[in-house]
Amino acid sequence: MKNLIDWLDNRTGIRDLVKEGLYENIPGGSRWRYVWGSTLMFTLAVQFITGIALWLAYSPSTQTAWESVYYIQYQMTGGWFLRGLHHWTAQIMTVLLVLHLMQVVIDGAYKAPREVNFWFGVILLQLVLGLSLTGYLLPWDQKGYWATSVATDIMGSTPLIGEWLKQVVIGGHQYGHHTITRFFALHAGVLPASIIALTVGHIYLFRRHGVKAKDPYRAKDEHFWPGQVLKDAVACLAVLAVVLFFVIREHGAHLGSPADPASAYQARPDWYFLSLFQLLKYVPQFVGAFIIPGGVMILVLLMPLIGKWELGHRFNIGLLVAVLSGAGALTWVSIDQDNNDPKYKSDMAKADADAALIKKLAEDGIPPEGALALLRAQGESGPKLFAKHCASCHAYGGNDGLGNKLTDEQSAPDLKGFASREHLTELFDPEKFTSAKFFGNTKHEGGKMANFIDDEFSDLDDATKEDLGKVIMALSAEAQLPTQAQADTRDAKLIIEGRELMGSEGFSCTDCHTFRRSGKPKAPDLTGYGSREWMMGILHDPGHDRFYGGKNDRMPAFGKDGKLTQEQIETIANWLRGE
Amino acid sequence: MSEPKEAPNEDRRQFIKGASCAIGCAIGLVPMLAAVRVVLDPIGRERVGGGSFTLLANLDELQPGKPVMVPVVAEKRDKWSISESVIGAVWLIREKLDTDPANQEGSPDDANPAGDSRSPDEPAMKALPHVTAFSSVCPHLGCFVDFRENENDFYCPCHNSKFELTGKRMNDTPPRHMDELEIDTDKLRDTGEVWVKYERFKTNTSDKLPG
Repeated sequence: MKNLIDWLDNRTGIRDLVKEGLYENIPGGSRWRYVWGSTLMFTLAVQFITGIALWLAYSPSTQTAWESVYYIQYQMTGGWFLRGLHHWTAQIMTVLLVLHLMQVVIDGAYKAPREVNFWFGVILLQLVLGLSLTGYLLPWDQKGYWATSVATDIMGSTPLIGEWLKQVVIGGHQYGHHTITRFFALHAGVLPASIIALTVGHIYLFRRHGVKAKDPYRAKDEHFWPGQVLKDAVACLAVLAVVLFFVIREHGAHLGSPADPASAYQARPDWYFLSLFQLLKYVPQFVGAFIIPGGVMILVLLMPLIGKWELGHRFNIGLLVAVLSGAGALTWVSIDQDNNDPKYKSDMAKADADAALIKKLAEDGIPPEGALALLRAQGESGPKLFAKHCASCHAYGGNDGLGNKLTDEQSAPDLKGFASREHLTELFDPEKFTSAKFFGNTKHEGGKMANFIDDEFSDLDDATKEDLGKVIMALSAEAQLPTQAQADTRDAKLIIEGRELMGSEGFSCTDCHTFRRSGKPKAPDLTGYGSREWMMGILHDPGHDRFYGGKNDRMPAFGKDGKLTQEQIETIANWLRGE
Repeated sequence: MSEPKEAPNEDRRQFIKGASCAIGCAIGLVPMLAAVRVVLDPIGRERVGGGSFTLLANLDELQPGKPVMVPVVAEKRDKWSISESVIGAVWLIREKLDTDPANQEGSPDDANPAGDSRSPDEPAMKALPHVTAFSSVCPHLGCFVDFRENENDFYCPCHNSKFELTGKRMNDTPPRHMDELEIDTDKLRDTGEVWVKYERFKTNTSDKLPG
């Protein structure tokens, strides 16, 4: 083995390289306060590894970005974990950047001869924040889209060059295909490459001057290996543990509804920029977006020069503490305000509901137009139309069609299973007919049908019950409900008998109703009762002589009065029929 | 600044070294394994799509003895997406009926070596003209097999695989005959519509295996 290493060392000089790397001298010994740089290296490595793996599945276009991220998060095995690692490591990196900066400033490690290295670090800070900003947009969900829109609009307000800068960054006048492609090129190409180059320089300069020991005489000097390496490793392990905690608790990372420029979504940046967001509520835009952040950045860059004097060094620390406290306070106020804002909370609840819905729809496949188109097509679904136009009076299975409680008291029949045998069986029950579930809260409560049912269908003997069953089968068969097709075919004979009974002495439906070729038009026509054509007809105009005529209670003429389009009426009819 | 001295306790030093390596490996493995798991995701995933019958042509559109290439448009699921797309192509050949009575009852094998859905004792001349469907995918290495009018054969330009119009291979380049696809014979008999079940098979194997 030793011979092999001797051979390799002779060809490459590897032994000296390893010695150089491992046996750096640390005056005063290894310390926990020096770990932050290494934790940043570790998190950077995690981002590279997870980033490349995500790159194998991510598709950067407006029709496929959200869709491919959805697939990674919910369909790929281990996809949620990979994505979670990438997201939460990015989050914790912003904290580690601040800790690293704080240690460098407090310990005076920015002073001569380390000024240039300090500036490298400040640039690296900007580049990593740039990674966060560009990465946030890539899922193309509501959160990322709106947050980044605001950020690029602020960018666009830069004096002189703002307009062109914004167009170059977002690839046009509006967000679109080239926004994603440009942001992705920045996120996966330009920024990582720049960070690698600057990190190499940063480490080279750091090693050139060595650690700026806080207290060189507190303990014996140590080599980097193994003492500091162990401390660094433990710190990285702790960082990973925190990341894993969030990854598992959140089962990956959040994915909102697909980006929708036509929605009233409340834009918020990610938490580390909330302080700037909040600041802009108190000061003019130019001050809050350029003067204050720009001013702070310039002061940070000048720290090595200001810190030449002891008073200057104290000022630097004070500035850092002030900025961080201020930012912390603003962040806390921002979160608190949102938590106590009912409109914000209900808007977010609606956004969450949309997100849950589209994820469910996506299980059956997303069409080429993308997930947003799929979600928007739902706007005109049967349940949504019912909830909007019918649920002010009617109920559907006790709720508004979407599963929500009714806001107004039910004042028209429950329409779930309309024209089915089950529905009719309940309708002909004297107690049920006059209950709120059917006509109890309508003007038909004390009408002729109510009295008829009470007189004829209370306390039935077995023979009449059987006959009533046939009548129900016959009437229900008029609807030709797809869910009842088999039963209707099987009971064809009983249905014929039921039809006869409807005109006969005992039931005498045709004394008031028209049915097929007989009957009197004093009550709704029962021909084709519950069929698509009948349903669309009654929705069109319930006050038509074919239906309730002058006896119509309060049901609007949705078609005749132009309240709903033909297509909407058909959608509702189909849905009520279980199609 | 003092020079670093020898660690007083060699065991302690060894522990620190060992712990550093162990922790280093552990924290490195987590993102690596997460990445590898996702990279390997496609392996073993259930095959989606294809496998159902698609209407490709009507009998009266097919001239006897002339192969016709028909693209197969069907529902395609690709990762997150669903769409009606072209998923492949099929060669359809309507059988040329031999009117010479002496040749009515031929052995089914030399007429259709690639496979015959009729039972062996059915005479060749029944009311129903026979249609054969071949996958356009060359069973050698997957190129597109074309029809040559002059030579009246199926020919694959990649490595010169040649097939008779019955699908039988004419040289040893392809490991098997052209892949015949299932036709819904009931529908063909009742309506004259040619419904074909498009499937893909493994290339470069002598057995016709789902692929």
